[in-house]
Amino acid sequence: MKTLFADKSFAALIALCAAAVIVIALFGGTSLLTPYMVNAIGQLAAFAILAVSLDLIWGYLGILSLGHGLFFAIGGYVAAMHLLKHSYEVTGIVPDFMQFMGWKEFPLYWAGLSNFPYALLLALGVTAIVAFVFGYVSFRSKVGGVYFAIISQALVYVAMLLMFRNDTGFGGNNGMTGFSLVFGWPVGQAGTLIGMAVVSIVVLIAVLIGCRLLVTSRTGRMMVAARDDEVRLRSLGYGTLWLKLAIWCLSAVIAAIAGILYVPQVGIINPRVLSPELSLEIAVWVAVGGRGYLTGAVIGALAVNALKFWLSAAAPEVWPFILSGLVVLIVLVFPNGLLDLAGLKWKPRLLSSMGGAK
Amino acid sequence: MSGGTALVIDGLEVEFGRFRAVDNLSLAIDYGEVRALIGPNGAGKSTVLNVVAGVTPAKAGRIVLDDTDLIGLSEAQIARKGVRRKFQKPSVFEVLTVRENIELGLGVPVAKAPSGRIDEVLAMVNLTELADRPAGTLAHGQKQWLEIGMVLASDPKILMLDEPVAGLTDEERQRTAALIRALRRPDRAIVVVEHDMGFVEEIADKVTVLHEGRTLFEGPMSRVREDARVIEVYLGR
Ligand SMILES: Nc1ncnc2c1ncn2[C@@H]1O[C@H](COP(=O)(O)OP(=O)(O)O)[C@@H](O)[C@H]1O
Ligand SMILES: [Mg+2]
Repeated sequence: MKTLFADKSFAALIALCAAAVIVIALFGGTSLLTPYMVNAIGQLAAFAILAVSLDLIWGYLGILSLGHGLFFAIGGYVAAMHLLKHSYEVTGIVPDFMQFMGWKEFPLYWAGLSNFPYALLLALGVTAIVAFVFGYVSFRSKVGGVYFAIISQALVYVAMLLMFRNDTGFGGNNGMTGFSLVFGWPVGQAGTLIGMAVVSIVVLIAVLIGCRLLVTSRTGRMMVAARDDEVRLRSLGYGTLWLKLAIWCLSAVIAAIAGILYVPQVGIINPRVLSPELSLEIAVWVAVGGRGYLTGAVIGALAVNALKFWLSAAAPEVWPFILSGLVVLIVLVFPNGLLDLAGLKWKPRLLSSMGGAK
Repeated sequence: MSGGTALVIDGLEVEFGRFRAVDNLSLAIDYGEVRALIGPNGAGKSTVLNVVAGVTPAKAGRIVLDDTDLIGLSEAQIARKGVRRKFQKPSVFEVLTVRENIELGLGVPVAKAPSGRIDEVLAMVNLTELADRPAGTLAHGQKQWLEIGMVLASDPKILMLDEPVAGLTDEERQRTAALIRALRRPDRAIVVVEHDMGFVEEIADKVTVLHEGRTLFEGPMSRVREDARVIEVYLGR
C-alpha cells in the first residue's frame, strides 16, 4: 500500500477518480451535472483506460503500437453484438444491418452473445489470441521499433477494410447502432448513463492500480530494463520474448476493456474506430501526457480529447492539422523524448510527415 | 574442476558483410585462470566476447563450455549456463537504482538468491553508500563498477570483462585489479580485454594477443614483451 501511493501524482489521480465517482453518484442527472456531461465523462474514462493500455507497452517496454485501435475495436464490436442480441431478445427489434442485408436470422457466430459473461470472455479471448499471434510473430523475428509500429498500423488498416464489407455480419459500412437496453435498462436514461460512467471510472481506477503494482514490481523493472538496453538484460539471463508477449497481450486486453466500456456509452460502433487516425491519436495522448508515467497517459487522454471536443464544435476541419501539429511540437520540445524510449532513431522529419500523412 | 578447461573456442570465424573480423581463431581458457585478451584496436577482441555471449552470430566454428556447444543458443540461455560479460561501453540501467541493477544481475528473484548477496556485491564494488541512487546519476567510473557488480552478482563460471578500467583513475584501476584478483577461483575462468599493459601485468595469468582476428601470441605475461611479432604490431607502436 505504501509503495502503491508513494508517487504523489498517482495518489492524487486516484483520489480525483474516486471523487468523480462520488460526485456523479450524488449529482449526476441534476442540472449541476446533466446526463450529457455524465456520459461525456464516462466516455473520457474509457479513453483514459485506452491510453493507459498503450502507455504500459510503449512507455514501459518501449514498443510503440500504432494499431491499438484494433483491440479497442474488438472489445467494442463484441459489446455492440451483445447489446443488439440482448435488445433483440427482450424487445424483438431486429438490428438495422440485418434488415439492410435482408437477413432473418443472426449469423452463427452471434450465438450466445446475449449472455454477458460469454460475450466478455469472447471479447477478451479473441483480443488475447490476436495479440498473441501478432506479437509472437513479430517479437520472435525481432521485429521492433519503427517496423513494429508500421506493421501494427497496417494491421488495423486491414481490419478496417475488412469491417467495411457489408457481408461479414458485423454491420459493415454503417456499423452497429440502435442499442436499446443495457442489462435490461433503457440505454438513454439518466440512471443508465450514470451507471455506465461510474463503472467506467471504477474500472479505470482498478486498471491504474493494477498497472502501478505491475510497473513497480520486479517485472516492471525488467520492463524498463528491456526498454532501455535489451541486449544487456538478455545477457544477464532473461529471455525477453515472453516478457514482451505477456505485457503486449495484457495491454491489448486492457484496450479491449476500454472498447467494451466505450461502445454502450457512445451508442454506436463502425469501422472508423479502426482508422489509422484513431490509433495514431492514442499515441499522441500518451506522448502529450508523458510516456512511462501512468498518470501522464490519463492526463494526455483527457487534455487532447478536451481539445478535440472543443474543436469539433468550433472548427472540425482543422483537427487533423492540430493533431499533426501536436506530434511536431512534442518532437521539437522533447527532441530525444518521443522515440528514444521506443529504441528508435527516427528523425523528427519522418515522424512529422507520418503524423501529417494519414 | 581446477585446471580443467572451461571454454574452448575452435576455428571461429565472424564476418560483418564481407569484412572478416575473426579469422579461424582457436583458444582454450582454463578454470582458475585470469586470461587477458589484448591487441590493437579493431583486432576483434570485443567481437570474440560478443560471440561467446551469443550477441553476435558466428559464421563458422565451435564454442564449447564444459561439454555444451554455445553456438546457436540465445544470449539468455548462454547467460543461464553461467556466462556473464561486461560490455566495453558501460551498460547499466540508468533509470533503475544501483541496488535494482545488482538485483537484476542476480538473474533470479531475490528470494531465490543467497541471502544478503546484493549487499555483499554492493560492498565488493564499493557502492554501498550509493545503493539507492539512480544508476544514471553515477560518475563514469562508478558505472563501470556497477556493471562489474551486475555481472558478478550471479557468481558466474565464466566472467568476461571488456575494458573494465577504461576511463578510470589510477586509484580506481588499483582497486579494480585487486577486485579481479579476488574474484579468481578454481571453478571460475575470467577473461579480461584490456589495453593498459601495466594493468594486464598485474592481473593476468596468461595472455592472448589478437591481431586482425587471429592469435598472434599466447603465453605467460613474462614472455609477451619479448615476442618479436607482438612488439612489431602492438607494443612497438
Ligand atoms: N557490428 C559490427 N558491424 C560491422 N563491423 C563491426 C561490427 N562490430 C565490430 N566490427 C568491426 O570488427 C572489427 C573488430 O572489432 P572489435 O571486436 O570491436 O575490436 P576490438 O579488438 O577493438 O574490440 C573492427 O574492424 C570493427 O570495425
Ligand atoms: Mg573492443
